[in-house]
Amino acid sequence: MTGAIIIGVAAGVLGGLLGVGGGVLFVPGLVIFVGLSQHQAEGTSLLAIVPVGLVGAYSQDRYGNVRRADALLMGVLSIAGAVGGVALANALSGTVLRVAFAILMLLIATQLVRRVLDGQKKSDPIRLDTS
Amino acid sequence: MHSATGRTPHRPLDRPLKLVAIGTAAGLFSGLFGVGGGTVIVPLLMLWLGYGEREATGTSLAAIVFIAGFAAAVQGVYGNVHVLDGLLVGVPAVGGVLIGTWLQQRLDVRAISLLFAAVLVVSAVELLTQ
Repeated sequence: MTGAIIIGVAAGVLGGLLGVGGGVLFVPGLVIFVGLSQHQAEGTSLLAIVPVGLVGAYSQDRYGNVRRADALLMGVLSIAGAVGGVALANALSGTVLRVAFAILMLLIATQLVRRVLDGQKKSDPIRLDTS
Repeated sequence: MHSATGRTPHRPLDRPLKLVAIGTAAGLFSGLFGVGGGTVIVPLLMLWLGYGEREATGTSLAAIVFIAGFAAAVQGVYGNVHVLDGLLVGVPAVGGVLIGTWLQQRLDVRAISLLFAAVLVVSAVELLTQ
Protein backbone atom coordinates (compact mmCIF):
# COMPACT_ATOMS: atom_id res chain seq x y z
CA MET A 1 0.00 0.00 0.00
CA THR A 2 2.76 2.45 0.97
CA GLY A 3 4.70 1.33 -2.11
CA ALA A 4 1.66 1.99 -4.30
CA ILE A 5 1.22 5.48 -2.84
CA ILE A 6 4.91 6.34 -3.31
CA ILE A 7 4.86 5.10 -6.89
CA GLY A 8 1.71 7.19 -7.40
CA VAL A 9 3.42 10.40 -6.26
CA ALA A 10 6.53 9.59 -8.33
CA ALA A 11 4.39 8.92 -11.41
CA GLY A 12 2.69 12.28 -10.93
CA VAL A 13 5.98 14.16 -10.60
CA LEU A 14 7.20 12.42 -13.75
CA GLY A 15 3.96 13.38 -15.48
CA GLY A 16 4.27 17.03 -14.58
CA LEU A 17 7.93 17.24 -15.51
CA LEU A 18 7.84 15.30 -18.73
CA GLY A 19 4.28 15.73 -20.00
CA VAL A 20 3.43 12.06 -19.76
CA GLY A 21 0.60 10.41 -17.85
CA GLY A 22 2.81 8.42 -15.50
CA GLY A 23 1.74 5.05 -16.87
CA VAL A 24 5.32 3.91 -17.21
CA LEU A 25 5.44 3.88 -13.40
CA PHE A 26 1.77 3.07 -12.68
CA VAL A 27 1.91 -0.21 -14.57
CA PRO A 28 4.95 -1.75 -12.83
CA GLY A 29 3.76 -0.29 -9.51
CA LEU A 30 0.39 -2.00 -9.86
CA VAL A 31 2.03 -5.29 -10.81
CA ILE A 32 4.76 -5.23 -8.16
CA PHE A 33 3.01 -3.59 -5.18
CA VAL A 34 -0.67 -4.36 -5.76
CA GLY A 35 -0.30 -7.74 -7.42
CA LEU A 36 -2.42 -7.07 -10.50
CA SER A 37 -1.81 -8.99 -13.72
CA GLN A 38 -0.12 -7.13 -16.57
CA HIS A 39 -3.46 -6.66 -18.37
CA GLN A 40 -5.24 -5.44 -15.23
CA ALA A 41 -2.35 -3.13 -14.40
CA GLU A 42 -2.50 -1.58 -17.88
CA GLY A 43 -6.26 -1.04 -17.75
CA THR A 44 -6.10 0.37 -14.22
CA SER A 45 -3.13 2.59 -15.08
CA LEU A 46 -5.17 4.20 -17.87
CA LEU A 47 -7.86 5.15 -15.37
CA ALA A 48 -5.26 6.62 -12.98
CA ILE A 49 -3.76 8.66 -15.83
CA VAL A 50 -6.97 10.62 -16.49
CA PRO A 51 -6.84 12.76 -13.30
CA VAL A 52 -3.06 13.23 -13.74
CA GLY A 53 -3.62 14.55 -17.26
CA LEU A 54 -6.52 16.77 -16.15
CA VAL A 55 -4.71 18.40 -13.25
CA GLY A 56 -1.39 18.54 -15.11
CA ALA A 57 -2.97 20.16 -18.16
CA TYR A 58 -4.89 22.65 -16.03
CA SER A 59 -1.72 23.55 -14.18
CA GLN A 60 0.33 23.85 -17.40
CA ASP A 61 -2.46 25.91 -18.98
CA ARG A 62 -2.04 28.50 -16.23
CA TYR A 63 1.59 28.85 -17.30
CA GLY A 64 0.36 29.30 -20.89
CA ASN A 65 1.87 26.01 -22.06
CA VAL A 66 -1.20 24.29 -23.56
CA ARG A 67 -2.13 24.73 -27.22
CA ARG A 68 -5.74 23.76 -26.75
CA ALA A 69 -6.84 23.25 -30.37
CA ASP A 70 -3.90 20.95 -31.09
CA ALA A 71 -4.46 18.97 -27.90
CA LEU A 72 -8.15 18.55 -28.71
CA LEU A 73 -7.45 17.41 -32.28
CA MET A 74 -4.85 14.86 -31.20
CA GLY A 75 -6.93 13.68 -28.27
CA VAL A 76 -10.25 13.22 -30.06
CA LEU A 77 -8.70 11.61 -33.12
CA SER A 78 -6.69 9.16 -31.03
CA ILE A 79 -9.77 7.02 -30.50
CA ALA A 80 -9.17 4.57 -33.36
CA GLY A 81 -5.59 4.02 -32.25
CA ALA A 82 -6.64 3.60 -28.63
CA VAL A 83 -9.29 1.00 -29.47
CA GLY A 84 -6.84 -0.87 -31.71
CA GLY A 85 -4.10 -0.76 -29.07
CA VAL A 86 -6.35 -2.14 -26.34
CA ALA A 87 -7.60 -4.91 -28.63
CA LEU A 88 -4.00 -5.80 -29.48
CA ALA A 89 -2.97 -5.80 -25.81
CA ASN A 90 -5.80 -8.17 -24.96
CA ALA A 91 -4.87 -10.47 -27.82
CA LEU A 92 -1.34 -10.84 -26.42
CA SER A 93 -0.37 -13.01 -23.44
CA GLY A 94 0.51 -11.38 -20.14
CA THR A 95 4.10 -12.56 -20.40
CA VAL A 96 4.65 -11.11 -23.88
CA LEU A 97 3.07 -7.85 -22.80
CA ARG A 98 5.16 -7.67 -19.63
CA VAL A 99 8.43 -8.28 -21.45
CA ALA A 100 7.48 -5.71 -24.11
CA PHE A 101 6.65 -3.24 -21.36
CA ALA A 102 9.98 -3.81 -19.60
CA ILE A 103 11.76 -3.15 -22.91
CA LEU A 104 9.72 0.04 -23.31
CA MET A 105 10.86 1.16 -19.85
CA LEU A 106 14.50 0.53 -20.68
CA LEU A 107 14.14 2.47 -23.95
CA ILE A 108 12.60 5.43 -22.13
CA ALA A 109 15.40 5.28 -19.55
CA THR A 110 17.97 5.32 -22.36
CA GLN A 111 16.19 8.24 -23.99
CA LEU A 112 16.25 10.20 -20.72
CA VAL A 113 19.96 9.60 -20.21
CA ARG A 114 20.76 10.49 -23.82
CA ARG A 115 18.89 13.76 -23.53
CA VAL A 116 20.82 14.69 -20.42
CA LEU A 117 24.12 13.91 -22.18
CA ASP A 118 23.07 15.79 -25.35
CA GLY A 119 22.03 18.75 -23.26
CA GLN A 120 25.41 18.82 -21.54
CA LYS A 121 27.29 18.52 -24.82
CA LYS A 122 25.57 21.60 -26.17
CA SER A 123 25.93 23.23 -22.75
CA ASP A 124 22.36 24.28 -23.26
CA PRO A 125 21.26 26.54 -20.42
CA ILE A 126 17.62 25.61 -20.98
CA ARG A 127 16.19 22.42 -19.57
CA LEU A 128 16.48 19.34 -21.67
CA ASP A 129 13.71 18.21 -23.94
CA THR A 130 12.60 15.17 -22.07
CA SER A 131 9.76 13.12 -23.38
CA MET B 1 14.73 11.07 -30.24
CA HIS B 2 17.11 13.90 -30.87
CA SER B 3 15.42 17.19 -31.28
CA ALA B 4 17.52 19.65 -33.18
CA THR B 5 14.60 22.03 -32.68
CA GLY B 6 13.37 20.80 -36.05
CA ARG B 7 11.56 23.79 -37.37
CA THR B 8 10.55 22.39 -40.69
CA PRO B 9 8.41 24.65 -42.83
CA HIS B 10 5.03 23.08 -43.46
CA ARG B 11 2.19 23.57 -45.86
CA PRO B 12 -1.31 24.35 -44.50
CA LEU B 13 -2.57 20.76 -44.52
CA ASP B 14 0.63 19.35 -43.08
CA ARG B 15 -0.12 20.50 -39.60
CA PRO B 16 -3.51 18.86 -38.96
CA LEU B 17 -2.32 15.70 -40.71
CA LYS B 18 0.70 15.52 -38.44
CA LEU B 19 -1.51 16.07 -35.39
CA VAL B 20 -3.80 13.26 -36.51
CA ALA B 21 -0.80 10.97 -37.06
CA ILE B 22 0.57 11.80 -33.61
CA GLY B 23 -2.85 11.25 -32.00
CA THR B 24 -3.32 7.90 -33.70
CA ALA B 25 0.18 6.69 -32.83
CA ALA B 26 -0.23 7.84 -29.23
CA GLY B 27 -3.62 6.11 -28.99
CA LEU B 28 -2.18 2.84 -30.22
CA PHE B 29 0.72 3.11 -27.83
CA SER B 30 -1.57 4.05 -24.97
CA GLY B 31 -3.95 1.17 -25.53
CA LEU B 32 -1.19 -1.37 -25.98
CA PHE B 33 0.90 -0.41 -22.95
CA GLY B 34 -1.54 1.25 -20.54
CA VAL B 35 0.35 4.54 -20.68
CA GLY B 36 -0.81 8.00 -21.69
CA GLY B 37 1.19 8.22 -24.88
CA GLY B 38 3.21 11.26 -23.84
CA THR B 39 6.39 9.38 -24.70
CA VAL B 40 5.25 9.54 -28.32
CA ILE B 41 3.55 12.93 -28.27
CA VAL B 42 6.22 15.14 -26.68
CA PRO B 43 9.15 14.33 -28.99
CA LEU B 44 6.94 14.37 -32.11
CA LEU B 45 5.44 17.78 -31.27
CA MET B 46 8.97 19.12 -30.88
CA LEU B 47 10.38 17.40 -33.92
CA TRP B 48 7.52 17.77 -36.40
CA LEU B 49 5.77 20.92 -35.26
CA GLY B 50 8.62 22.90 -33.73
CA TYR B 51 7.08 23.02 -30.26
CA GLY B 52 9.20 24.16 -27.32
CA GLU B 53 9.65 21.72 -24.45
CA ARG B 54 7.15 23.24 -22.02
CA GLU B 55 4.46 23.72 -24.66
CA ALA B 56 4.97 20.13 -25.78
CA THR B 57 4.61 18.77 -22.26
CA GLY B 58 1.58 20.95 -21.49
CA THR B 59 -0.23 20.13 -24.72
CA SER B 60 0.66 16.46 -24.34
CA LEU B 61 -0.95 16.33 -20.88
CA ALA B 62 -4.16 17.81 -22.27
CA ALA B 63 -4.29 15.30 -25.14
CA ILE B 64 -3.58 12.45 -22.73
CA VAL B 65 -6.83 13.11 -20.86
CA PHE B 66 -8.77 12.08 -23.96
CA ILE B 67 -6.44 9.30 -25.04
CA ALA B 68 -6.25 7.56 -21.65
CA GLY B 69 -9.99 8.14 -21.19
CA PHE B 70 -10.83 6.31 -24.42
CA ALA B 71 -8.37 3.50 -23.75
CA ALA B 72 -9.56 3.10 -20.13
CA ALA B 73 -13.17 2.83 -21.31
CA VAL B 74 -12.26 0.07 -23.77
CA GLN B 75 -10.15 -1.75 -21.15
CA GLY B 76 -13.18 -1.48 -18.86
CA VAL B 77 -15.17 -3.48 -21.39
CA TYR B 78 -12.50 -6.19 -21.15
CA GLY B 79 -12.85 -6.12 -17.35
CA ASN B 80 -9.29 -4.92 -16.77
CA VAL B 81 -9.98 -1.72 -14.83
CA HIS B 82 -9.76 -1.98 -11.03
CA VAL B 83 -11.24 1.32 -9.90
CA LEU B 84 -10.07 1.25 -6.26
CA ASP B 85 -6.49 0.34 -7.19
CA GLY B 86 -6.60 3.09 -9.79
CA LEU B 87 -7.54 5.58 -7.06
CA LEU B 88 -4.80 4.21 -4.79
CA VAL B 89 -2.10 5.30 -7.26
CA GLY B 90 -4.03 8.03 -9.09
CA VAL B 91 -4.92 10.24 -6.13
CA PRO B 92 -1.31 10.55 -4.83
CA ALA B 93 -0.27 11.15 -8.44
CA VAL B 94 -2.45 14.26 -8.64
CA GLY B 95 -0.33 15.75 -5.85
CA GLY B 96 2.78 14.58 -7.68
CA VAL B 97 1.81 16.20 -10.97
CA LEU B 98 1.41 19.58 -9.29
CA ILE B 99 4.90 19.22 -7.80
CA GLY B 100 6.30 18.14 -11.17
CA THR B 101 4.72 21.01 -13.09
CA TRP B 102 5.90 23.48 -10.47
CA LEU B 103 9.44 22.07 -10.59
CA GLN B 104 9.48 22.20 -14.38
CA GLN B 105 9.01 25.96 -14.39
CA ARG B 106 11.94 26.47 -12.01
CA LEU B 107 14.51 23.74 -12.23
CA ASP B 108 17.02 22.16 -14.51
CA VAL B 109 15.46 18.73 -14.72
CA ARG B 110 18.66 16.87 -15.64
CA ALA B 111 19.36 15.38 -12.25
CA ILE B 112 15.71 14.41 -11.84
CA SER B 113 15.72 12.83 -15.30
CA LEU B 114 18.68 10.64 -14.37
CA LEU B 115 16.93 9.65 -11.16
CA PHE B 116 13.85 8.62 -13.12
CA ALA B 117 15.99 6.70 -15.59
CA ALA B 118 17.41 4.73 -12.67
CA VAL B 119 13.90 4.11 -11.27
CA LEU B 120 12.78 2.85 -14.69
CA VAL B 121 15.71 0.44 -15.02
CA VAL B 122 15.13 -0.98 -11.53
CA SER B 123 11.38 -1.34 -12.16
CA ALA B 124 11.97 -3.01 -15.53
CA VAL B 125 14.26 -5.59 -13.94
CA GLU B 126 11.73 -6.12 -11.14
CA LEU B 127 8.95 -6.58 -13.70
CA LEU B 128 10.98 -9.11 -15.67
CA THR B 129 11.73 -11.17 -12.57
CA GLN B 130 8.12 -11.24 -11.34
